[in-house]
Amino acid sequence: MVNTKVNLSGIELDNPLIPASGTFGFGYEFAELYDINILGSFSFKGTTKEPRFGNPTPRIAECYSGMINSVGLQNPGIEKVISEELPKLRECFHKPVVANISGFSLDEYVYCCEKIDKEEQVGIIEVNISCPNVHGGGMSFGTSCESAAEVTKAVKAFTSKPVYIKLSPNVTDIVSIAKACEEAGADGISMINTLMGMRIDLKTKKPVVYNKSGGYSGPAILPVALSMVYKVYEAVNIPIIGMGGISTAENVIEMMLAGATAVEIGAANLIDPFVCKKIIEDLPAVMQKYGINNLKDIIGGAH
Amino acid sequence: MNNVIYTIKSNEKLTENVFKMVFEGDTSAVTASGQFINIKIDSLYLRRPISIFDCKENELTIIYKVVGTGTEMMSKMPVGTKLDVLVGLGNGFDTSVSGDNPVVIGGGVGVPPMYYLAKKLIAEGKKVTAILGFNKADEVFGKEDFEAIGCRTIVTTVDGSMGVKGFVTDALKDIDYSYFFTCGPEPMLKALYNASETSGQFSFEERMGCGFGACMGCSCKTKYGNKRICKDGPVLVKEEIIW
Ligand SMILES: Cc1cc2nc3c(=O)[nH]c(=O)nc-3n(C[C@H](O)[C@H](O)[C@H](O)COP(=O)(O)OP(=O)(O)OC[C@H]3O[C@@H](n4cnc5c(N)ncnc54)[C@H](O)[C@@H]3O)c2cc1C
Ligand SMILES: Cc1cc2nc3c(=O)[nH]c(=O)nc-3n(C[C@H](O)[C@H](O)[C@H](O)COP(=O)(O)O)c2cc1C
Ligand code: FES
Repeated sequence: MVNTKVNLSGIELDNPLIPASGTFGFGYEFAELYDINILGSFSFKGTTKEPRFGNPTPRIAECYSGMINSVGLQNPGIEKVISEELPKLRECFHKPVVANISGFSLDEYVYCCEKIDKEEQVGIIEVNISCPNVHGGGMSFGTSCESAAEVTKAVKAFTSKPVYIKLSPNVTDIVSIAKACEEAGADGISMINTLMGMRIDLKTKKPVVYNKSGGYSGPAILPVALSMVYKVYEAVNIPIIGMGGISTAENVIEMMLAGATAVEIGAANLIDPFVCKKIIEDLPAVMQKYGINNLKDIIGGAH
Repeated sequence: MNNVIYTIKSNEKLTENVFKMVFEGDTSAVTASGQFINIKIDSLYLRRPISIFDCKENELTIIYKVVGTGTEMMSKMPVGTKLDVLVGLGNGFDTSVSGDNPVVIGGGVGVPPMYYLAKKLIAEGKKVTAILGFNKADEVFGKEDFEAIGCRTIVTTVDGSMGVKGFVTDALKDIDYSYFFTCGPEPMLKALYNASETSGQFSFEERMGCGFGACMGCSCKTKYGNKRICKDGPVLVKEEIIW
């Protein structure tokens, strides 16, 4: 028997599989299809202080081996997430969840983290710093060491739960940003968010998505994610949740070899709603094939 | 929703660029007319959403227009090809509110879902009129299918080369109806919204990431709150639509 258990900041996961924020809603669509308690955990839809409709449609464009989304953080707002979504979720998912939090100012991040901190169901807070800072000329929090560290410090002061900072890959030096987050007290790193991308419709001669650009993800970005996780693993001593293009059990192992303790699965859920279940079922055989008995042992094994 | 492997039974050309594809496989997930399926095509990342034209036990039919890469590939698929399909997506039409003599109105590739709907309405003992709108005579398809199930069928063409000259709204003003159902290009839907005298249901399209409610890619605002076209739609009632 192989062992697929991993440990994130003291929380033991049965396996490293975590559906990624924004691709699993609050779990119900999938709970209708299979028992989602087989998952290691899951990261729910990015939540903000106020309810958000998100961007105008079209919000989706197809790419080679991937897709662009410009959903724009549509969510019912933190109050409703706590009063309506989490109680419903409690009925179909009995493990600690990852709460994905977004904000457009430091105050908003703090507000949401302080609220979600009181929720027993939440095991880890994953702070998405790819959002534009309305007080910082619209530059994303994730693009400088200073602002990334500022968000980390601010939320850490208001929660006792492990805080994982979710990094944007659209930066010059992701390693220094990861280090800045670690120094500011982050318990872990989640990476990577989507890459900036665009498609243009040849018939209309205009960008496909209304917002012109959006976030590119899917199998095409796996090599980018692997390279970034590999470099960050060498620079920090906190765990990494690795993601970007993972669609198979082999991809999971590759990401863990690069340095991830656990992995998130994003776009793949949208194409194959059963993909996480399949990966969990495939994992033992694939581990055996490559002579892996204990999944924990391979974390960072490629270094 | 079910994930089923369908086998292509036939793939026949109806007009210059419109094809009819019949699948063999489990259809038990289909619970209403107006629902759609989402087809995975090897080498393309996103699935392609297509409405259900007809559905029986173990057999499902779609009608699709070649507009881009995916539909072009579909048009060349030989009989026997197996496809990975998500079946029974969306809310579908609610026929319980139709009254005794509803009208179903389709425009172009909005015609297909109207057929399975008309069949359901007729099975419920209703007297159904179908208005099928096209640009010109050589684009017309489906007329015989609607006639064969006992619909009073009116074709409109913009250039007058078949049936009533003009738009579906030109045919609608001459008939009596208790309720309407429609699917077609958005300008047509909007014209019907303004021209119709009764309540009705509209089927919408949007670019989709998943097709089953997980990604928020297809959201729209309605008077009843935000809805996902793929899961809470594609059918919306007249009263809730915000243009
Ligand atoms: C609920 C629903 C039901 C539909 N029913 C039918 C039907 O019965 N018959 C039919 O011919 N067409 C139907 N369509 C439209 C059909 O989905 C598109 O024509 C098809 O996806 C085009 O794929 P493509 O690869 O040929 O085009 P490409 O332009 O190469 O596709 C690129 C991307 O854009 C998406 N896309 C392009 N056009 C549309 C569109 N109009 N709506 C949504 N996504 C689009 C594709 O799915 C793909 O992700 C329906 C759409 C929806 C949303
Ligand atoms: C439709 C969609 C919505 C997303 N929404 C969020 C979100 O709300 N918050 C967030 O941190 N990341 C969001 N992401 C990013 C994913 O969580 C993930 O980081 C990224 O897609 C890379 O993984 P993948 O290649 O497996 O999709 C979203 C991605 C997609 C495709
Ligand atoms: S397409 Fe994903 S929610 Fe509708």
